[in-house]
Amino acid sequence: MSPFLFWIFALVTLIFGAGVVINRNPVASALSLVVSFLGLAALFMSLDAFFVGIIQVLVYAGAVMVLFLFIIMLLNLQTEERRRINWLAAAGGIGVALILLVQICFVIGHFQPARQTFPPLARSTTDDVWNIGALLFSNYNLPFQIIGVLVLVATIGVVLLSKRQPR
Amino acid sequence: MITLGDYLLVSGTLFSIGFAGVMLRRNLIIILMSLELMLNAANLSLVAFSRFRVDPNGLPNYNAQVFVFFVITVAAAEVAVGLAILVALYRAKQTTNVKDISSLKF
Repeated sequence: MSPFLFWIFALVTLIFGAGVVINRNPVASALSLVVSFLGLAALFMSLDAFFVGIIQVLVYAGAVMVLFLFIIMLLNLQTEERRRINWLAAAGGIGVALILLVQICFVIGHFQPARQTFPPLARSTTDDVWNIGALLFSNYNLPFQIIGVLVLVATIGVVLLSKRQPR
Repeated sequence: MITLGDYLLVSGTLFSIGFAGVMLRRNLIIILMSLELMLNAANLSLVAFSRFRVDPNGLPNYNAQVFVFFVITVAAAEVAVGLAILVALYRAKQTTNVKDISSLKF
């Protein structure tokens, strides 16, 4: 992938990610999140992880975002009225996030392999989905089944939580 | 050329943006969205390391991509449960602002 495309998609991801935090209207935040996830899916594909990129588009930009938009519509959330911002708390939050960012940059700067480029790949005889699926159903068979149970428990929990309690 | 460090930098910046969202915003839905941003930033660095560490047969290390698959599944379940809790909370209190939910505050 050319460096130009990489920086374009990285900027799209980061700018719209910041838009999620900055926007006051929840619908605008949700739509920025969609664009940010699409940029991230493009970055995944630039790393030759096509299956993960497609899953990212299907699950996040498709299912999860519909869930978010549906809840925003259901609760009829409006743009937040301007409350008095507690500047001390806001500065504290931004400061802690900035300190975290500086620490991450420091660690990456001192991480020797971070300066190397990616090694070339051999031409695979099987495709990406086949390779991941073979690993998923052999080495990771037990975690896969546990994840299935987890999703079932989450479904039952959501149904129980959203049921109206009889009074 | 694009190095591993560039991808890690994007991932770290995205994580910090999500972290700032959790710290700064008062709306519970926005906080959940910021949590999603942080999970995805971690996924990006996992995939970058998977591509960086090429196996002897010349393919990327697929263990990390299977892990990303699990993370995405757990994140989807977490969003569903979180939003159900939010709807139950809205029914009880008619608010999604964390400032108005302080019954457990000491």
